[in-house]
Amino acid sequence: MRLFNIILGVAVVGVLGFLGIKEIIADPVYFLELFLGGLTRGSIYALIALGYTMVYGIIQLINFAHGEIYMIGAMTALIVASVLGLWGWNSAVIVILAFVFAIVYSCAYGFTVEKIAYKPLRTAPRLSALISAIGMSLFLQNYVMLAQTSEYMPFESLIPDFEFWEPFSHIITSVEMTIIVTTIIVMILLGILIKFTKIGKAMRATAQDKIMASLVGINVNRVISTTFVVGSATAAIGGVLIACHVGQINFMIGFMAGLKAFIAAVLGGIGSIPGAVLGSLVLGISESLFTGYFWSEYEDVFAFTILVIILIFRPSGILGRDTTSKV
Amino acid sequence: MEPILNVKNLTMNFGGLKALDTVNISVEKGQIAALIGPNGAGKTTFFNCITGIYPPSEGIVEITPPGRPTQKINGLKTNYVTERGLARTFQNIRLFEGMTVLENVMIGRHCRLKSGILKAMLRPPSQKNEEKKAVYDSYEILEKIGLDQYVNEMAVNLPYGAQRRLEIARALATNPFLLLLDEPAAGMNPQETKELDELIVWLRDNEDVSILLIEHDMKLVMSLSDNIHVVDYGKKIAEGNPEEVKSNPEVVKAYLGDESEDA
Repeated sequence: MRLFNIILGVAVVGVLGFLGIKEIIADPVYFLELFLGGLTRGSIYALIALGYTMVYGIIQLINFAHGEIYMIGAMTALIVASVLGLWGWNSAVIVILAFVFAIVYSCAYGFTVEKIAYKPLRTAPRLSALISAIGMSLFLQNYVMLAQTSEYMPFESLIPDFEFWEPFSHIITSVEMTIIVTTIIVMILLGILIKFTKIGKAMRATAQDKIMASLVGINVNRVISTTFVVGSATAAIGGVLIACHVGQINFMIGFMAGLKAFIAAVLGGIGSIPGAVLGSLVLGISESLFTGYFWSEYEDVFAFTILVIILIFRPSGILGRDTTSKV
Repeated sequence: MEPILNVKNLTMNFGGLKALDTVNISVEKGQIAALIGPNGAGKTTFFNCITGIYPPSEGIVEITPPGRPTQKINGLKTNYVTERGLARTFQNIRLFEGMTVLENVMIGRHCRLKSGILKAMLRPPSQKNEEKKAVYDSYEILEKIGLDQYVNEMAVNLPYGAQRRLEIARALATNPFLLLLDEPAAGMNPQETKELDELIVWLRDNEDVSILLIEHDMKLVMSLSDNIHVVDYGKKIAEGNPEEVKSNPEVVKAYLGDESEDA
């Protein structure tokens, strides 16, 4: 059975690889465009998937309301940018303030959602918390729909087109570049936070053993709140960036983006931070290549097919540990 | 001598089961006290009650940290109990496996640091110095415990005896005045047990820390303890120095069974 899987895998990869190389040689620029588009998409997934994977790592909860936090980030940026734009503020100031407000608002929402919907269920069965998360997700969607509008709203890109980049902008636009660079910076900062700081160590300790963590003096509730806040901040950055890229938003954007990021997190191995980043990039790039070379209408079908395939053949994900051996 | 831990009438109910029934135990400063009893007597429950893992159903847990007034700690959350100077280890090894030995100890040190989340992110000089001092202190603790050759190893890769010692090092890093050790010698070979014995005595004599331990290795308990408390079926049945406890008929009955029952 195992041998059969390997042979099947090699055969599939071989055929795809052969066809792929043929296509790439035929039109390398097109491939590059698709690849970089996929990288951009993957970066956004990564910014969202981090929140999923960190929260899962710490309290074993799939925070389905996380996509909504991302949407709230984009909404806040839109409101701030529109108001300040009307007042005629400098565009650089607008960019900075839009990001700051988006991050602060999303963090506040993330923090509050945890306190209201998950903390009271900390000792309840995991299914209860999951249902609470889905409820929170629907609540936030409808709340934003009622408070704002159900229409798509145009979102004028906050990131200017760089003039010097004009000749190459058909391969990668300045917005896409900004997304990739920002994501890299966020990843590095997050890596430093997790690896070297006191709160990062506390997070890792809490993820592994909550009782032991509290016994060495860690305030577990505070660590969990911090995790939600950090995850919300990265999601907010993702939200603003994607809104700049796509140019329009509505109250539902968090739903599909959240699901895709969830798939990415599962693909990489949920609970693992490098896994979430890797999974996001793999999903983003393969989605982009798929839509570019095959059928663009089946983009979402492709993503969910990947989810099903991972769940069948490698439930623990690319970098995930086997959960059975953990007990 | 004034007790540094004073537990009065501690009762713990799990539904209808009385895991602990009006237990009185006090530990004095500079003492090595032992808590013994047959399996299921409620020893670990006792530790869980005083470290805030379970809130006790009834009774009072009081501590008197050196130079501080006596304070009641039952109902406090675990991390606050640790902050007030109680540290513990578990029956089974519960190290943070994905971290290095140094990180494991440093994490125990963190509750003694002042800087909060914001400072940790912005990293002003005061925070850097504090972090440096934490590294230095942790290294010093590892040196004392004799684990300094493993500093940058992953905790999970250490030999068994060393992992046990690392648990003690991590507990010490929280700067406790009372160390609660739950079966520290479990699974150790005679050599490791001997080293543990020396370590515990050394800790009492040099580190200004008193010790309360749960242990099944009677040889170790008898050689180490200044005072022994015996519990059985959640009730305290005896207390005294090793000689007194050894000759106490109640204790013998609890461990060996009543002769009349067997007959």
